[in-house]
Amino acid sequence: MAVVKLQRPKLNFGEKIYFGALIKGFFLTMTHAVKSLRGKSVGADELASSGLGVTMQFPEQRWDEHLPEYYRGAPTLVTDEQGRERCVSCQLCEFICPPKAIKIVPSEIPSDDPWVKVEKRPLEFEIDMIRCIYCGMCEEVCPEQAIYLRKDYLITGLKRADMVHDKKKLYEIGGTRAGLVNKWNELK
Amino acid sequence: MPELIFQIAIIITKIVILTFMVVLPLVPVSVYFERRFSAVIQDRVGPNRVGIPLTLLGFKKDFHLFGLIQPIADGLKLFLKEDFTPAHVRKAFYWMAPALTVVPALITVCVVPFGSPISIFGHTEKLVIADLDIGPLFVFSVASLSVYGITLAGWSSNSKFPFIGGVRSTAQMISYEIALGLSIIPVLMYYGDLNLSTIVQQQADHGWLLLPLWGHDADHTFISKLLFWFPAAIAFLIFTISIFAETNRMPFDLPECETELVGGYHTEYSSMKFAMFFMGEYAAMVIGSALIITLFLGGWSIGFGADAWVSQLHIGDFYFGGLIHLGCFMTKLIGFILFFILVRWTVPRFRYDQLMKLGWVVFFEAALINVFLAALIVAAPQLEKTIIGVGAVLLVIVTAAVIWVAKVSEETPKVLRA
Amino acid sequence: MSDTPSATAELKLPKDLAAEKGLVNVQIDGIWHQFPKGTRMIEACRQAQVIVPHYCYHPKLSSPGNCRMCLVQMGMPPRPAPGQEPQRDENGYEIIGWMPRPVIACANTIGENMGIRTTGELVEKCREGVMEFLLINHPLDCPICDQAGECRLQEQSVQHGRGVSRFVDMKVKKPKNVEIGPRIRLDDERCIMCSRCIRFMDEVASDPVLGFTQRGTHTTLTVHPGRLLDSNYSLNTADICPVGALTSNDFRFQMRVWFLKETPGIDVNCGTGTNITIWTRGNKIHRITPRLNDEVNSAWMPDSHRLNFHYIDGEARLTEPLERGTGILPVSSVPSFSTTTWPAAIASAAAKIKATPAAQTAIIASGRMTNEELFLTRALAAEIGTGQLALVPRFAEADALLIAADRNPNTTGAKLVLGTEDPFAHLDSIREGVRNGSIKSLIVLGDDLITDAGFTTEDLGKLDFLLQTSVLANPTAEQAHIVLPSAAFAEKRGSMVNLAGRLQRLNRAVEPQGQAHDDWEILRDLLLAISGDTNQVHQIEDVFKVLAENVPAFNGLTLSKIGHQGTQIADTGYQIPLLANERARKAAGLING
Repeated sequence: MAVVKLQRPKLNFGEKIYFGALIKGFFLTMTHAVKSLRGKSVGADELASSGLGVTMQFPEQRWDEHLPEYYRGAPTLVTDEQGRERCVSCQLCEFICPPKAIKIVPSEIPSDDPWVKVEKRPLEFEIDMIRCIYCGMCEEVCPEQAIYLRKDYLITGLKRADMVHDKKKLYEIGGTRAGLVNKWNELK
Repeated sequence: MPELIFQIAIIITKIVILTFMVVLPLVPVSVYFERRFSAVIQDRVGPNRVGIPLTLLGFKKDFHLFGLIQPIADGLKLFLKEDFTPAHVRKAFYWMAPALTVVPALITVCVVPFGSPISIFGHTEKLVIADLDIGPLFVFSVASLSVYGITLAGWSSNSKFPFIGGVRSTAQMISYEIALGLSIIPVLMYYGDLNLSTIVQQQADHGWLLLPLWGHDADHTFISKLLFWFPAAIAFLIFTISIFAETNRMPFDLPECETELVGGYHTEYSSMKFAMFFMGEYAAMVIGSALIITLFLGGWSIGFGADAWVSQLHIGDFYFGGLIHLGCFMTKLIGFILFFILVRWTVPRFRYDQLMKLGWVVFFEAALINVFLAALIVAAPQLEKTIIGVGAVLLVIVTAAVIWVAKVSEETPKVLRA
Repeated sequence: MSDTPSATAELKLPKDLAAEKGLVNVQIDGIWHQFPKGTRMIEACRQAQVIVPHYCYHPKLSSPGNCRMCLVQMGMPPRPAPGQEPQRDENGYEIIGWMPRPVIACANTIGENMGIRTTGELVEKCREGVMEFLLINHPLDCPICDQAGECRLQEQSVQHGRGVSRFVDMKVKKPKNVEIGPRIRLDDERCIMCSRCIRFMDEVASDPVLGFTQRGTHTTLTVHPGRLLDSNYSLNTADICPVGALTSNDFRFQMRVWFLKETPGIDVNCGTGTNITIWTRGNKIHRITPRLNDEVNSAWMPDSHRLNFHYIDGEARLTEPLERGTGILPVSSVPSFSTTTWPAAIASAAAKIKATPAAQTAIIASGRMTNEELFLTRALAAEIGTGQLALVPRFAEADALLIAADRNPNTTGAKLVLGTEDPFAHLDSIREGVRNGSIKSLIVLGDDLITDAGFTTEDLGKLDFLLQTSVLANPTAEQAHIVLPSAAFAEKRGSMVNLAGRLQRLNRAVEPQGQAHDDWEILRDLLLAISGDTNQVHQIEDVFKVLAENVPAFNGLTLSKIGHQGTQIADTGYQIPLLANERARKAAGLING
């Protein structure tokens, strides 16, 4: 390690009594305060803040239209354009999930189902949103493109049980995603 | 006998109204201002939610009132919190300490003149609880008691960080009391009186100490006032900064310096006991501001010669000019509190050695020289020109000597190398 | 293994040295080894700990060489011209002339001075090519395939595959999800035509119902028309299937294998003592597969035994100690039970046993108990002072492979531990005693007397006290005064001796359900409650230690010394039929393993 000797800067008298700097500081603070009061804070426009500072007034104003493209919210299950549930319960997400938030009970698709050729689907699919860390590894590992992190960020509940998203809830939030996997299309 | 009862009733009314309805509410209000103003400075919003919760009663919208109810909610919260006393504290002192910080701050209220006298049905009453002739001295003597509160809190907590906070506070308050006391001697010499009501009345008549623009007469020539403006300004500067140190406000809040001492002297306190330290700090700030306004900024005076006219305003027998003066005083007070807040959010915290050096090396000497300077200016009309000249030269020599000593003592010692 | 030349051996060449021991020299990846004559190349590589990827080869089956995955480069010394001496290196080995074409390692036997290369550009290219061909028609439905995670195709695709398919045509469609038997599901698209299942059913199960139809890429595995793959060994085909073509209906879509924990254990459904692996996740058993043991079960096990584990967390499982209610109503045919605590149940049982004279007390143990439990049972009988101790014989038809006629897994152990040639001898006299009232108190450990031992409900009704320990609810337990829930085979530790005299270990794969206790703990607690002694025995190891000191056959052994493959401790002369077949085929050179 090289030793670098730093010389303290020589201060002149005005700097030494630092009174001018103090006054300058007061002006700076006051100017900024006035700017803030007039709703001219940096970033206030982008967040459509209420005018005071950059804070978004949460329950009245929402993140929804301000969320960036890359925002990762709650993991959900999606169906394809034909209404088939994409998930085939391969359990890779359950395996990869770092906080072990996912629990899947696999099952066979009954023979009277139109998608019987897919053979397998989840009987139960639960994501414990208390455990979920929104890392997106489940989305990344999914070979069937069945699990997606949607933009939902308001995951709340009054009980622990409310925070466990079951299959129905996951499809409800997830909705449909078209294309992507054509493995199960009519040609097969 | 009925006369005595009447007098006591008047005094109690004044205590209740002025202490508990004027000064004490200023504490939560200044807390609210502190939070909102700092939020504005930092591009935030601050408390703006707590209001009248009409939605709870089935209405469509709440009245937020800009969050003005927030201090009440805070107080309620602090009241309802668990009052936890750690097992290792020295109980009696631990309980006494919060009271010792609040009570002196509130007692000092009694000498502050809030307005000009009010007259009703021929009975005139001054808007001051106790019109003592030793006003500033009383304030210093009582206010310095609050150092006991902080020191005792630090010591009785029986825990290292509060203890360091308490020790810091003791040293800091004692150091700055010297500068505080010395700095107002020029003011007292100028007025020749220790009664705060009189001092304010003089300012109302002949111009504020820092704004001497009206009421010139033979005894109070414009030139003499202008000459005295310089020592007055120095005194104002030293006094104000010393008040900051006395009230443990930023930039001198080393006794509760979070980055070093967790919470400082009140680390072990919770609930209402903690709230009392909080109240004590803000009450001291209010009193400090009141004192500065009274001494330097005209107290309740509106200024520009308007005070005499205001005092004459009446409806029937009720002369209500005092109330207008009270309003003026409160406006100045809140303005000065805002200045306190502005300072807090602008100036970074001092290092402890810088704080001590500022107190002992700069302010003490500056206040001392300022006393001589003021004395010279006050006495000048009665003195011969040669004596004035000699005095001025002596003053310059002494000042130069002090600055030289300070400079020499500042020089960093050479690092010894083997 | 390779010979180092020394001064004394200089006269003899390596091939002569090896020939003296009946071995041949083989160079594998540059290192010389010695193997017996007639060993297959792939087996030689395995013994030299060199991995040769393969699909169709199985050490217990014949080698048709149809998957071509095990291609290696082979070399032999060039044949010298007449009169010419072969060239030798400094160690005396002949210089190997490498062949330009690869050979399959599974169907070729080694020869003297042979060279095998399992790495190198040629071999690697061959493997990549074979993998690409295997995958052109593969459906790539790994996400739904049960084999995923233990699939050779996946594993070798990672090592030798391309990652991207160059195949642009339509994949050949074949039958999917075919029920070819009651326990097996077939997916022909996943099949890579290794024919392991066909050979297994033919050679080992002697029930050749599987075969290929069609040709080329349309080759399809199918079951003989009018027949089903319903052999009691059919699930072994799912085990040996290297891909997901054959899957078990029982395990299908239950759990991915990468979640499962493997615990070695032994099967307790018959006297063979088949070695098994218990696959669990959490406290649930998901499947049982055979574990290789050339002295017991080779690599196979019967379906009936393999699937007999669902009762462990089933409806009939006893999970709490029960005591028959004192009852305000007169004792009806179905007595009412109330749950109780272990200390209360043990204390109550001990008091009842002590209250009955020893001559009127009998113990009926089970051949399904471990050696340790039987040893404690012997101690219990001695403590009570009764000689009336018997096991319940359970015999049924044997098949000609692995299922023995004796359905008790530890009859041999009982003979050794109890020190009697006929542990069932007293059963008849006990039954008579119960009927004529000379036996008033009966301790039944594990077995169901009404189903298996010829007792009737009336017989048991005559008893003053009946204590039953059991895993499941049963008719005998319904007549009992106290029922103690015990641990199933996958929940306990201990040792058993199979019919051939091999001492083997049970391991705990899951925790006992509910309040159930290990049998040895129940017996210990009962023993202590009767004798009033303080407890000196805290672990099953302690029990085994005392057992090893007291029973000659176990001398010098500890539970850990038994090992996962077991230890032969007695010679009973019993031959496991499947092993006899296998050894005959090996002697004939049909198989290698």
